[in-house]
Amino acid sequence: MENGTAHTPLLKDIAQVRQLFPILQSSVYGKPLVYFDNGATTQKPLQVIEAMDTYYRETNSNVHRGVHYLSGKATDAFEAVRKKVQRFLNAAQEHEIIYTSGTTAAINLVASSFGKKYVLPGDTIIISSIEHHANIVPWQMMAEERGASLKIIPMLPNGDLDMEAYESYLDDKVKLVAVNYVSNALGTVNPIEKIIELAHRNQIPVLIDAAQAVQHMPVDVQQLDVDFLVFSGHKMYGPTGIGVLYGKEKYLDAMPPFMGGGEMIQTVTFEKTTYQKLPFKFEAGTPAIAEVIGLGAAIDFIESIGIEAINRYETELLAYLIEALKSIPGLRFVGEPEKRAGVVSFLIGQHHPFDVGEILDKQGIAVRTGHHCAEPLMRIFNVPGTVRASVALYNTKEEVDVLVRGLRRAADMLG
Amino acid sequence: MTINEIQDEIISEFEMLGEWMDKYEYIIQLGKELPSMDESLKTDDRLIKGCQSRVWLHADYSDGLLKFTADSDALITKGLVALLVRVLSGHAPQQIAEAEIYFIEKIGLQNHLSPTRANGLLSMLKQMKLYAVALAAQNKL
Repeated sequence: MENGTAHTPLLKDIAQVRQLFPILQSSVYGKPLVYFDNGATTQKPLQVIEAMDTYYRETNSNVHRGVHYLSGKATDAFEAVRKKVQRFLNAAQEHEIIYTSGTTAAINLVASSFGKKYVLPGDTIIISSIEHHANIVPWQMMAEERGASLKIIPMLPNGDLDMEAYESYLDDKVKLVAVNYVSNALGTVNPIEKIIELAHRNQIPVLIDAAQAVQHMPVDVQQLDVDFLVFSGHKMYGPTGIGVLYGKEKYLDAMPPFMGGGEMIQTVTFEKTTYQKLPFKFEAGTPAIAEVIGLGAAIDFIESIGIEAINRYETELLAYLIEALKSIPGLRFVGEPEKRAGVVSFLIGQHHPFDVGEILDKQGIAVRTGHHCAEPLMRIFNVPGTVRASVALYNTKEEVDVLVRGLRRAADMLG
Repeated sequence: MTINEIQDEIISEFEMLGEWMDKYEYIIQLGKELPSMDESLKTDDRLIKGCQSRVWLHADYSDGLLKFTADSDALITKGLVALLVRVLSGHAPQQIAEAEIYFIEKIGLQNHLSPTRANGLLSMLKQMKLYAVALAAQNKL
């Protein structure tokens, strides 16, 4: 739980970093595991696993309500992580950090609650054509309920967003812009500074889905001046079941609660209930306490290495991966964005991604195949899906070489 | 041959193959050899939608025998589709309805029948059985 600087791993000593991840020492089908499915979820370092284990052994209790020793201890640990997240994002205030079960829950919270407060029939929400379903469907549901509609920022052939089209969409009917920082399917890093600046010129708030960003690059919500930013713990070396909604106080204060229950109330009578202040207004019910502790340990882990160092290392690794993939006959990239992070999507010849993925799997190599929860995007590219390799700080150039050999073998077998 | 005799035959064919790569090469070869279904038959009502790969299934019933033709857009799935067709096609509906499919597990490809795999193969097997059950019930009337 405490800051992990005691065993500060340096990225130049990648073997030492890998030692911190028990699962990376394992084999599948008798072959050493090569894990390139980090965009789906990252593996967990010992610090995270042990923090959660220790929590259950030594601290477990419900938070915010107990009179007893353990409850106080659990509450302190739980709230200390909120401070940690605040610092991690450089948020202005602690109560602007809301715990959710993940990115999906955070977007649903904003869609529902912001929608109730601000969206009227005839209004518009802008999203982009390279979004994950989690940043499409909640807006569709809300738009349908509120009589509003969606406008979709188109994509340029290389996988970058069409910023001219975006600018032309910004009018006084637009109530919110919701786009991802990094596309989970293509790896495109969107120019969110520009996206936010243009929206703000029209007094439109912006939500950034940073699920594929916070583990790869520094994110400073004040510098970005972003209004809402969401991410998941499990894609940044933390546990599943915990995510974060950052929101500016002025919006979160004005928005109605999303779920009702314990923890989020001030007083309850059968006639009228008054709600708690931020952040508790949005945290009904017993939260995922051990997972919050795990998230705190994951942030410690990332900070013990340094997000800038991680970014430098991964950028170099990704460049090496892309060059290596180019050596495979018939390989074509799906999306060649100007700026990329974390993810490479590709196809080999006419081979179905599922076939390629299965033959890689048999060689101990984990990649993602399919539409990556971005069906509309796959339709634009007119492909059934792609093979996606996504990197984390523990991947190595040697593993890239194994992947490339595995892909060559798959291409040979599929002929 | 009965359905089980064909299954046993496939199992012994696979026993002769060594490691996973040989098995997959054989399945891929079967996939390539299975004639593609006529495009006009690849209609939505014959499509079995999986999350990862798609399977088309066409059934013909004549002279008391139920015959299947099938196709898939993924080669490994298509190879397994070919095996399923080889096992189940050309038998009486009653036999197909009662058949227990064990060869896929025996040749080590059981993950393809896992619902989480969502590759259409499990749904295809269910659909084949459904045709057979419906026809068998009709025949009893």
